[in-house]
Amino acid sequence: MNRTPVESADLCIVGAGPAGALIADRLASEFDVVVLDAGPRFDDESRLERQERAIRPFFDRPAVWDSDPERDAHAASGEWFYPLNHARVKGIGGSTLHWQGMVMRLHEDDFQSGTARGVGPDWPIEYEDLRPYYADAEREIGVAGAADNPFGPPREEPFPMPAFRPSYSDSLFARACERLEITMHSVPNARNSESYDGRSECVGYGTCQPVCPAGAKYDATVHIDRAESKGARIIDRAQVQHLEHTPEEIQAAVYATPDGTEHRQTADAFVVACGGVETPRLLLLSESSAYPDGLANSSGLVGRYFMDHLFAGVGGVLDERTRQNHVGFFTSESHQFYDDADEEFGPFKLEFFNYAGPSPVELALTGDDWGDELLERLRTEYGNHIAVGGLVEQLPREDSYVGLDPDRTDNHGNPVPDVHWNVGDRALRTIERANEIQREILTELGAEITWTAGPESTGPAYHHMGTTRMGTDPAESVVDPTLQTHDLDNCWIASSSVFPTGGAVNPTLTIAALSLRAADAVESFLAARVSGKLAD
Amino acid sequence: MELSRRDAVAALAAVGGAATAGVGLSRLQSGGSSGDPERRLPGDQQVTETMVAIAEVVYPTAVTGIEPFVEEFLEPRLEPEDHARGIRESVAELEERAESWHGGPVRTLSAETREQLLREVSAHTVDEHPAGTTAEQVRYYVVNELLLALYASPKGGELVGLENPQGHPGGTESYQQGPR
Repeated sequence: MNRTPVESADLCIVGAGPAGALIADRLASEFDVVVLDAGPRFDDESRLERQERAIRPFFDRPAVWDSDPERDAHAASGEWFYPLNHARVKGIGGSTLHWQGMVMRLHEDDFQSGTARGVGPDWPIEYEDLRPYYADAEREIGVAGAADNPFGPPREEPFPMPAFRPSYSDSLFARACERLEITMHSVPNARNSESYDGRSECVGYGTCQPVCPAGAKYDATVHIDRAESKGARIIDRAQVQHLEHTPEEIQAAVYATPDGTEHRQTADAFVVACGGVETPRLLLLSESSAYPDGLANSSGLVGRYFMDHLFAGVGGVLDERTRQNHVGFFTSESHQFYDDADEEFGPFKLEFFNYAGPSPVELALTGDDWGDELLERLRTEYGNHIAVGGLVEQLPREDSYVGLDPDRTDNHGNPVPDVHWNVGDRALRTIERANEIQREILTELGAEITWTAGPESTGPAYHHMGTTRMGTDPAESVVDPTLQTHDLDNCWIASSSVFPTGGAVNPTLTIAALSLRAADAVESFLAARVSGKLAD
Repeated sequence: MELSRRDAVAALAAVGGAATAGVGLSRLQSGGSSGDPERRLPGDQQVTETMVAIAEVVYPTAVTGIEPFVEEFLEPRLEPEDHARGIRESVAELEERAESWHGGPVRTLSAETREQLLREVSAHTVDEHPAGTTAEQVRYYVVNELLLALYASPKGGELVGLENPQGHPGGTESYQQGPR
């Protein structure tokens, strides 16, 4: 594998997740594009083996996609422990290899939290600014959905694919929700309800998170492969150590390859697309006399305002069969309470589980029984579970941040990221509010409630946001509304790290839409550079 | 419920032939009693006979047709070097103990004695581990290998009331359907 730099590259993208992949694909026909990623290029043929890892109890989640404990080491010094490697993947495709694949648009009020809800900053762009890019992103990713969400933002055209039909357990929930006047609607899924873009329809493996062996769930290898076919060069296992720069521009990405060699990838423009943790880390690692607090960090806000969504959920059992674990994705949700958000409570959405309770095959591989005794246990423990989950917004807080841990280094001797996660009372109150509604639904169903993921037992949704926030004021933000850094003329950041607030929907569609929007800006910049060179 | 070769093919659709790439290396590097490269390991036929005999213990009595099911399932699972070596070594360990403690190969022992053997090895009390102790490897390469084959297949799922168990590409119809 040749991992040497590309000569005369126009654009260097650091990170081969969805943001980097979409920009690479968008610009690869017109410009010389190189994409660097710290992790490997996974063989598609290995997906069944990875699925076996997902099922077998010996393997933990990071093992499914070959997480390297030295390369991926991190600290978690905040009030709340942050299990960073549980759901992220370093490699070509990034964490979309692992993700659930839920792709909703943010609501209009999410773009104006300060104005509409009285807390948090407004985004420097409105929903209308992003609306055409949302439609573009839905086509690129391939989204199965229906225009049946009365609470969602306005849409201009149908989804690229029809929504997945509701599940049997959705029909159980529907009885209770109708009585409680809670409206259920479909979930936009980044998985194929029919063959799309040369990829298979969903065949029901049921292990969507952490791996889809069929390729029916979108992952960013789709756009990496397409970019490569247009001439982009993809270099895997290239860990970028720092970004060389002048006060005005990035000159090179210095990366190390597995044999220990360091290379310099020069380019006219750079896109940092490493997610909400590694993006600020790379900028902080690139400190210099011009930027003593980290590259592009004149505001002092690189790494600040780390946010995630928090999970709220209630589960239980019914005295009837609920038909769980046939598939690994959601078919129904409710945004009914989303826009009730104000200063006191954040937005939240409800999700009706299709995989509540244990999977029989996973159960079978644990325990001290076999034969008839095991079968009896499986029949007892599987079949009657039911659950309602949801995501809750966390407000940005300056004391919630990604920094560098000076006491621990990675496989190349660089300080590891410290995810210092603090949550805040509004999010915890919102979890309680979501729990109340979730309990009402299960009680109306006649369920015996057996667990609650509440303020004391919640966890992150692994949506890393906020650490290079977007804004118009260089003193209050890291990137401008086109995602170009305020400090550097040739650097863009494409990531959920630019979100000023997080809303309560899964972030990837917004990452994709913002990235496509940024691609327009990068294209204009590079076109001007190229024409300038020609004029010279 | 009768299992067939076709059911084994369905089970293989869930897990494939080559299991857990990369694990084999760490397993062999770990050394231990079962890592002896000079050891004479059982061939496919003996492995299959032993695995069938163990399946008759760990599968529920409602299941028949075990022999063709296990034979078909094991064929590709014995191809990848690391995983196959793990299975062969674990089978060899079981056979040695069967001979030493019970006076004959596993396949000749009564079902009760075969179960007793598994319990004597402690395969019921440990978590699976592909590079662990003998008990942990027997759990991984023998007991759980067989349970995975059964319960990731539609027939095994149906025993529990789930026609499309996790890991099986059974389509997107069954999740919409009510209890049968």
